[in-house]
Amino acid sequence: MCHSPHVAPRPIDPAVLRIDDDGITLLGGWSPSSGLRHFPPSPVCPFTGADDIEPVDLPRTGTVWLHTTVTVAPPGYSGAVPYGLGIVELDGDPGLRVVTRLRGEGVARGVAVALSGEEVPGPDGEPSVTWTFHP
Amino acid sequence: MSGVRITGVGLHPFGRFGELTGTAMGVAAVRAALAEAGIGVGDVQAAFCGTAYGGVAAGHRVLSSLAGTGPPIYDVEAGCASGGAALQLGAASIASGQHDRVLVFGIEKMPKGIIRSSFFAPWQEAAGLTPAPAFFALRAQRLLAETGLTEDHLAQVVVKNRGHGVANPDAMFRKAVTTEEVLASRLICEPLRLFMLCSPNEGAAAVVLEGRGDGVGVAGISLRSHLPGSVLGEDSPLSGIDDGGLTPPTTLAAEDAYAQAGLGPADVDVVECQDTDAARELLAWSELGLCTPGGQAGILADGEALVGGRRPVNPSGGLLSKGEPLGASALGQVVELVRQLRGHAGDRQVAGARVGLAHVIGRGANACVTVLVA
Repeated sequence: MCHSPHVAPRPIDPAVLRIDDDGITLLGGWSPSSGLRHFPPSPVCPFTGADDIEPVDLPRTGTVWLHTTVTVAPPGYSGAVPYGLGIVELDGDPGLRVVTRLRGEGVARGVAVALSGEEVPGPDGEPSVTWTFHP
Repeated sequence: MSGVRITGVGLHPFGRFGELTGTAMGVAAVRAALAEAGIGVGDVQAAFCGTAYGGVAAGHRVLSSLAGTGPPIYDVEAGCASGGAALQLGAASIASGQHDRVLVFGIEKMPKGIIRSSFFAPWQEAAGLTPAPAFFALRAQRLLAETGLTEDHLAQVVVKNRGHGVANPDAMFRKAVTTEEVLASRLICEPLRLFMLCSPNEGAAAVVLEGRGDGVGVAGISLRSHLPGSVLGEDSPLSGIDDGGLTPPTTLAAEDAYAQAGLGPADVDVVECQDTDAARELLAWSELGLCTPGGQAGILADGEALVGGRRPVNPSGGLLSKGEPLGASALGQVVELVRQLRGHAGDRQVAGARVGLAHVIGRGANACVTVLVA
């Protein structure tokens, strides 16, 4: 993780990811009645409407499903360009596809990737940490 | 949706118009539609205005500029389908017997560049997770991977639509392009290049609907929204599940509209469909039932979707030629189809067209399909 040793890493949204001694963790929800995970956590399963939601830490590994490169900074984003953006199918069952930044050499459809943090300016312009996946 | 007729249409060209306001463009389109219908603004019993960025009471500003206050004015927002949603509500108000004559219009004045949407949380923007062209590109990647279609097919869609746009005086881009030029244009998000993406811009369109008289009939119209589960849905969720068994909103809306009209895809003579990017048009063809997934290659190879072909798609030049003023784009398609079905489309006329289909889809996964019959 790349952050200044003098500043505690600040998640870009504490409801979406956690940073602790284990590194970065994506926070999800699990509905036993619908048998599905989702991300970010919601009080209602976004796929079935069930409200028996339990918090769940999502797997830190997965496989690239789709990927592209963003070459023009979108509105509200003040980090570096270009950067990779894609969808990763997280390991484990049932399946969950997550929108994510991607970085590193060798990103391609079907490649195994792992979670890490990436520093970007937050909405207030101060450094914050979001998630990315890399081969 | 029996008995709903379009008795007048009007359009303000789509493009960039400096200081000209969206209200002024709306006034121009509305006056043209009222004049065609042979009525005044005081003759309509209700007005429905589609706009996404027009602000509070955008439709009221247009009608008050015409001294048309008094009847109910509804401002309708449904992303890229805003004009379609307004048309659906207007048509339903006549079909139900509530009104005999209503005005439906759409206006937009978009900033240049990637569209900013209050749809997203500030942290999502800051994390770089909101660029619309990237999501279009991911959907395009999937289309190519699952159907065997190629970047060359994407380029052929652009060549077709820009070629059609040459004959449309209301389009923003009226210069034909070649496959080589498309594939040499700047890469935005692979596989999508600059010429494969439409430009958000400015414009207005209007129609008068009546419950009697002559005119092109609104035989079917349906708005369907939100597809829970697909991470590639236009509602841009951050996660999704296997969507193989889910029916996309475009297909749901098309099935409704075909059923209302008592028609099917084989009956359609001319199509105006959402070509936000070249891949979106190809996806729309299969979602509307015009071909099987992957069947797009044969249609392109045979020139079937060209004006002069078996079933032209986007004879207006599509959004790739016209640009996309969100609130006006759906009604711009309807204005085009009405002109086609009346035989008044000039150099881009589809010979003998009797059944037209208009399709839009956008934010919120709002999809609207309209079937018009001469």
